[in-house]
Amino acid sequence: MSELVEIRNLTKIYEKKKVALDHLNLTIGRGKIIGLLGPNGSGKTTMIKLLNGLLVASEGEVLINGKAPGPESKSIVSYLPERTYFQNSMKVKELIAYFSDFYQDFRPERAKQMLAGLNISEDARLKTLSKGTREKVQLIMVMSRNAQLYILDEPIAGVDPAARDYILKTIITNYNENATVIISTHLISDIERVLDEVIFIRDGRLILQETVEEIREKKGKSVDAYFREVFAC
Amino acid sequence: MAWNLSSDRPIYAQILEVIQLRIIVGQYKPGEKIPSVRELAAEAGVNPNTMQKALTELERSGLVMAQRTSGRMVTENKEMIREIRNQLAREQVQEFVNKMKELGFDRDEIVTLLKQAEGGEK
Repeated sequence: MSELVEIRNLTKIYEKKKVALDHLNLTIGRGKIIGLLGPNGSGKTTMIKLLNGLLVASEGEVLINGKAPGPESKSIVSYLPERTYFQNSMKVKELIAYFSDFYQDFRPERAKQMLAGLNISEDARLKTLSKGTREKVQLIMVMSRNAQLYILDEPIAGVDPAARDYILKTIITNYNENATVIISTHLISDIERVLDEVIFIRDGRLILQETVEEIREKKGKSVDAYFREVFAC
Repeated sequence: MAWNLSSDRPIYAQILEVIQLRIIVGQYKPGEKIPSVRELAAEAGVNPNTMQKALTELERSGLVMAQRTSGRMVTENKEMIREIRNQLAREQVQEFVNKMKELGFDRDEIVTLLKQAEGGEK
């Protein structure tokens, strides 16, 4: 079986020669929770968009299950973009129906259970919900798919610490054992306990790919502290 | 026994200590089933693979045993649990004694202080 994700020589140059990714090489295995970490403008979101086939690479390639992003990869990748994209006039339960129509692997019971856990009414219209609650709803939708790869771009930035814990527990208990979750974030200290591996990128280049336990063992410090050291300004 | 995980040591080692302690104090009793990896991981808020690693380590030591069907149970060997309990106590005492010596207390003074502490006196 091929690796879940292979990134080879991946380069993305935007207009005006802005280099977002610079010959990036990395491999991501199955059954892992991975933190994609880097300062602002390091290329995290560009990498995520390339994984989802939303951008075209300038050079190099991305392979998911050995294939370029396309309809096939989209059926096994569940993606949480950094911005919400739902119609605000929709009700939560309409959203559930919408996802059920769109994705064969969507499990409405799972979504309903999580919504109940966070006391979010299915009859609520999205526009009546707070920004943080809308983010929670969106994450619940994404995590309720039975995907092989979950890609979460800044999933916990807008929610309070208690909900953050709930969401992390949701992620731990809901992804299946062969699935991989990629989480891009700045909030390292909040999530490092749930991570297997971290990927540090800067200026579109890979700085480090290492297991969290190895960093703690070798450096004697948390990933958060190590990140601050590596990316000290 | 709560999961107070510090940030600068490997997580699996800290989780292992918590589970060991839970067995020693009888929160998980000899011969009883312990919660699943998923349940424990969610409770501690840690990665399931990390929890798996801690439990595998405990299996190797013999304190927990994998069951043929599924899950793990605490060993029925009470002697082993008592031995680990004693071992932990010895480590604690040794650490205490070392620190007291660093502070310049001799044996008699340490014993006196211990007796006072036990009686709840100042």
